[in-house]
Amino acid sequence: MAYSEKVLDHYENPRNVGVLEDDDSVGTGMVGAPACGDVMKLQIKVSNEGIIEDAKFKTYGCGSAIASSSLVTEWVKGKSLDEAAEIKNTHIAEELALPPVKIHCSVLAEDAIAAAIDNYRSKKQ
Amino acid sequence: MSDIKLPIYLDYSATTPIDPRVAAKMSECLTIEGTFGNPASRSHEFGWVAEEAVDLARQQVADLVNADPREIVWTSGATEADNLAIKGAAHFYKKKGNHIITMKTEHKAVLDTCRQLEREGFEVTYLDPQENGLLDLEKLKAATTDQTVVISVMHVNNEIGVIQDIEAIGEFAREQGIIFHVDAAQSTGKVEIDLQHLKVDLMSFCAHKTYGPKGIGALYVRRKPRVRLEAQMHGGGHERGMRSGTLATHQIVGMGEAFRLAKEEMATENERIRMLRDRLYNGLNDMEEVYVNGDLEHRIAGNLNISFNFVEGESLIMALRDLAVSSGSACTSASLEPSYVLRALGRNDELAHSSIRFTIGRFTTVEEIDYAIGLVRSAVEKLRDLSPLWDMYKAGIDLNSVEWVAH
Repeated sequence: MAYSEKVLDHYENPRNVGVLEDDDSVGTGMVGAPACGDVMKLQIKVSNEGIIEDAKFKTYGCGSAIASSSLVTEWVKGKSLDEAAEIKNTHIAEELALPPVKIHCSVLAEDAIAAAIDNYRSKKQ
Repeated sequence: MSDIKLPIYLDYSATTPIDPRVAAKMSECLTIEGTFGNPASRSHEFGWVAEEAVDLARQQVADLVNADPREIVWTSGATEADNLAIKGAAHFYKKKGNHIITMKTEHKAVLDTCRQLEREGFEVTYLDPQENGLLDLEKLKAATTDQTVVISVMHVNNEIGVIQDIEAIGEFAREQGIIFHVDAAQSTGKVEIDLQHLKVDLMSFCAHKTYGPKGIGALYVRRKPRVRLEAQMHGGGHERGMRSGTLATHQIVGMGEAFRLAKEEMATENERIRMLRDRLYNGLNDMEEVYVNGDLEHRIAGNLNISFNFVEGESLIMALRDLAVSSGSACTSASLEPSYVLRALGRNDELAHSSIRFTIGRFTTVEEIDYAIGLVRSAVEKLRDLSPLWDMYKAGIDLNSVEWVAH
């Protein structure tokens, strides 16, 4: 299958790979399943003002899954939680020019954002 | 390194390039100066010469497997040979019984043919292999009924390269009076085949896995004891009525020459290829969490199917763009299913997804293998650095204890 240039770029040079030290300011979302061939772990660090100031990811999955998660770490930074929650899989799929069989990768990335936000909010309650 | 031509071809089980010596023979059968005639033309020299060329090729194919040339029926490839063998025998012997036995790890050409026969009213048993990919003969015996008319088991598996004990299966089938078909697409030139000795009734071959052209194959149909088939292709009654259609002289000549070379060079070639395979295996095996799929002992020399745990197969293939290899995960096609062969071995989905099949052949060099080792090692390392599963494994978390959100 031919990958788009943007997928290749994120795959070759993934942004924000890593792990954030877990504390109350960090929300962690892990979505997918090894049996399905994709697991995404997305972490966000949220400032007191409610702005995502850092994001890291680790992904087990195909090139499109890696690219989708790499892309969302770039996109969520500087956004409020509500703004980050507005990122939809269609935006990701469009930006990376994902073919139809890879749309699930972008869905997973959207789910990862939601899971990380949920996790952060549950800590704050 | 600089003189290595990229990408490196390590997918010889998918197909092989045509040996230049084969290509030379083939090109003599195309133009007006060459042997272009219709082998079925009886009224002139052009036909006679073409028929001679076909007869020679038939002898060459028969020689590789120690058969009589009259037992060789040309087909378009192993898929057609499998169809002709299984459907042909099932249809012909359907008064005797309606049960067929095969394995879950067979090629689709066999599995889909059996599915079609199920739609026609036949019953098919699909046997699970053992964990090493080999058939358990006792399971086969237990599955056999007085209705069983055909047993079909491949000689060498295309994905994991394991060699089934067709000698033992043949003994059992003959004793039971059951037709035994073997798909040998992956074994010619790699494993000794002696049909005077083996109790195989039908055997499928193709040329393009043995340095011959695509589009040509053959079915061996035993004469003593005689095996009958119902033709699947009707027309001019070529190939003793079993497969009509004008013979493709150039293809057939190519297959003959390819099989002649295979017979001549098999012993030395396999030794060299085994050395390369072992070099590749040793170059990768000291990494953590690496698993070979399928039995290493009962296996052709050129196959290494290996899983890198916690690395997803498609991303690995992507990192290995300079290597032409196959993934056990069919993610690259429309389906997201892991290999059904690896699943049948009992491999979990993760390991099935993370498998790579390297197949080495006639034109592979030591330099290419060494280059491949370096590339694979760094790709696996890079992807494990990216993998949350690797982190969890390193932290001692049992991945089976995690409740995953399947999607």
